[in-house]
Amino acid sequence: MIPNILDSAWLVPAIMAASFLLILFFGKRLGTRATAGIGITAVSIALVLSVCVAGQWINRVNNPPTGAKLAADVIASNGLTPQTGRNILGEVIATTSESGETVAAGAGIRATSGESAMSGASSAAAVAEQAASEGSATEGEHGGEHGGEHESVPPIVHATTWFTVAGINFEVGTLVDGLAAMMLITVCIISLLVHIYSTEYLHGDIRFTHYYAFLSLFTASMLFYVLSSNTLQMLVGWELVGVCSFGLIGHWWEEKKNTDAALKAFLTNRVGDMGLIIGVVITFFAAGATSFNVLHINEYALGGQANTALLLVGALCLFGGVTSKSGQFPLHTWLPDAMAGPTPVSALIHAATMVVAGVYLIARLYAVFFTGLGIGSSSLHYVAFIGGFTTIIGGLLAFVQTDLKKVLAYSTISQLGYMVMALGVGAWTAGVFHLFTHAFFKACLFLGAGSVSHACHHTFDMREMGGLRKKMPITHATFLVATLALAGIFPLAGFWSKDEILAGANAGQQQAYTLMLIFGLITAFLTAAYMGRAYWMTFWGEYRGHAHPHESPKVITVPLIILSVCAVLFGFTNFPKSFFGLQLPGGVTTRFEHYVEPTFAFPPLQHAEFTPWLAVVSTILAAGGLFLAYQYYERNRGPHGLTQRSTVARAGYTFLENKYYLDVLYTDIIAADTKGPLARASYWFNMNVLDGVVNGLGTGARKIAGFVYRDIDQLVLDGIVNGSGSVSEKSGQILRHVQTGRVQQYAAILFAGAVVLAGVFVFVI
Amino acid sequence: MLVNQFLLLGAILFCIGVYGVLARRNAVLVLMSIELILNSVNINLVAFGTMWHVTDPGNVSGQVFALFVIAIAAAEVGVGLAIVLLIYRNRQSIAIDDVDLMKG
Repeated sequence: MIPNILDSAWLVPAIMAASFLLILFFGKRLGTRATAGIGITAVSIALVLSVCVAGQWINRVNNPPTGAKLAADVIASNGLTPQTGRNILGEVIATTSESGETVAAGAGIRATSGESAMSGASSAAAVAEQAASEGSATEGEHGGEHGGEHESVPPIVHATTWFTVAGINFEVGTLVDGLAAMMLITVCIISLLVHIYSTEYLHGDIRFTHYYAFLSLFTASMLFYVLSSNTLQMLVGWELVGVCSFGLIGHWWEEKKNTDAALKAFLTNRVGDMGLIIGVVITFFAAGATSFNVLHINEYALGGQANTALLLVGALCLFGGVTSKSGQFPLHTWLPDAMAGPTPVSALIHAATMVVAGVYLIARLYAVFFTGLGIGSSSLHYVAFIGGFTTIIGGLLAFVQTDLKKVLAYSTISQLGYMVMALGVGAWTAGVFHLFTHAFFKACLFLGAGSVSHACHHTFDMREMGGLRKKMPITHATFLVATLALAGIFPLAGFWSKDEILAGANAGQQQAYTLMLIFGLITAFLTAAYMGRAYWMTFWGEYRGHAHPHESPKVITVPLIILSVCAVLFGFTNFPKSFFGLQLPGGVTTRFEHYVEPTFAFPPLQHAEFTPWLAVVSTILAAGGLFLAYQYYERNRGPHGLTQRSTVARAGYTFLENKYYLDVLYTDIIAADTKGPLARASYWFNMNVLDGVVNGLGTGARKIAGFVYRDIDQLVLDGIVNGSGSVSEKSGQILRHVQTGRVQQYAAILFAGAVVLAGVFVFVI
Repeated sequence: MLVNQFLLLGAILFCIGVYGVLARRNAVLVLMSIELILNSVNINLVAFGTMWHVTDPGNVSGQVFALFVIAIAAAEVGVGLAIVLLIYRNRQSIAIDDVDLMKG
């Protein structure tokens, strides 16, 4: 029997953390080969474990837990107190033994858990009841849609108390479900390939050890983040990946440009993180201020008595964090600059994994967004709009870049916008599916760009490339596959995920998200066009540079091949139920949705079916984009030199070249205009208020001290001390004459005294 | 029984002793005068003891007290003579008014 890895999922990040520590402490001594070996071994183990996690999760969905096991899992997921938990467990066993049927028992458990918790702790009771009502509601929805295909499968949660403050348990634990398992696999595969690729790409780098240590730490943090069972822990993981991103963007810190980019990334993310922290606190208090547990918050958000206004504010604050981390407008500006880091890092962090942390946050706390923003009943709201808007502005910016990596960076922004938009329109599975497929072909594109640069004297300028398809056949082939996948050409991965998003936007929940659909279609065209531009500029025509390009070694090309195979195949994991009338058996279609989409503490979503006309339109648009790019950049047809002739075109080009002047806005207007007056105000405040207080305190203290010294210490205290001294001295001077040293004199006095005393006794008394 | 005679004898002895202590320069004589004072007190003790316990002749507490005084006087004289001897060794004199080392 294979050990149940679902219960010990913490091992996956722990292995990477151990690898980080090993490399950190022994990397320098062991040398570069051993360092890379440690990293690669650790990621490989983590990948194997992740695959086991995914396999066991699939098994769990296929054979959902029942009876006492289900009840125990529900309790663990709810984050109820163990005491109440045992109560529930007892009653559940009784109930299940009475009713033999499993599905009925499942429903019974939910009801019982609600009732018995009522008699237990009052706060926990309310939550449990919400869970019960929500659970049955979800079940109803799913029952209608899947024909009772599968019931609610609670995630596996294991948490231990981190610390306790004011009766609130701050926990740290793992939450394993399909989403987490999917992320584990994605992160581990790409991390492993990047680890391998980097051995060649960073060969001979002076900070090789530092680089691998950070790669391990990043992977550990990301795995920690996706396995988080509560929002506070997510925050920790979120910041950890941010730090790693900072460290790796500034890997070559000798150049000021790189350190600036690292700082920019870090500071821009801080802006959003404020929103995230506030959002975490708001959702915590909204959900009864008892637990940071993700599922607990989700259950609250879906319960009938949720405060929608509070959830709206919470969701918008959380979205602030998403905006910065996942490069949404208007905080996307750091992502292109982040390309200053080594290319494998760009592939791993700034394309495939870390930047989707924001998307993952929405997916994880989807109930909060769903209820707060009214995704189910709306046809336009902030998150969907920002997603749609970002996807277009990112796509447009990609056209004016001459740096291959920056084209890919803007493409990433655009695709992240696509994911956010998908989640915004309620197409949860489509958004997460796009996250999954995008990770592979975008990583492939980045690593391909790295391979090209490796061959061309470390330049990313497309004007110095061209004609590389014959010199680098493998890189060219994989890049082409990934480009087509990104452009959404049938039957590659991007086609399936993008069409699902478009279908989701078209169907909506109750009404269609028409604006988002238009945004999506425009972007489908733009994506194909700018990717076509990059592809033709890089691989066709005559070579324009001065190096002697050659195919990269196997260490680089094999990861590219693996990723391009992923880009081809992974789209089929969510093959639609009905594809142009082609109906595959139920066990093959929509597997991704079946296994990844949560069925516990999750809003009841309508799943859009495959829409043939949309698929045709989007494919035509994509093909048109590619064709236009081919005509314009390869055949040199079309209105070239338009920017020289037309003022409007030139203005547009300049506008794009300056990235909508957002950087100008941030640096020169917001930062400059705040820092001057702010500095002056701070200076004034410092001089007049703070210094006033400090100086006043000083002067006052000096005066008081002077008074105390002069009048109390010198006069009174010293007076007493000196006085007592001089008095005793004087009296001693006087009395010394009494002491003559003559014994007989003493005796005389003694007897005289005795006589006096006798006289007193005799005559007076 | 009358104690007057005894008390008178004690007073005379006491006065002689005090005179000797105050007037004599010879340290040995001072010590001897002290013995006189102590013995005058002993006479008083025995006299009063006998007077108070005239109906109970077995009770000799006054006499016992006198015995204690004699014993302590012997010890005192021992110490005193030792001091005098040492003073003599150091100064070749036992004149008590020469010894004023303790003068303040």
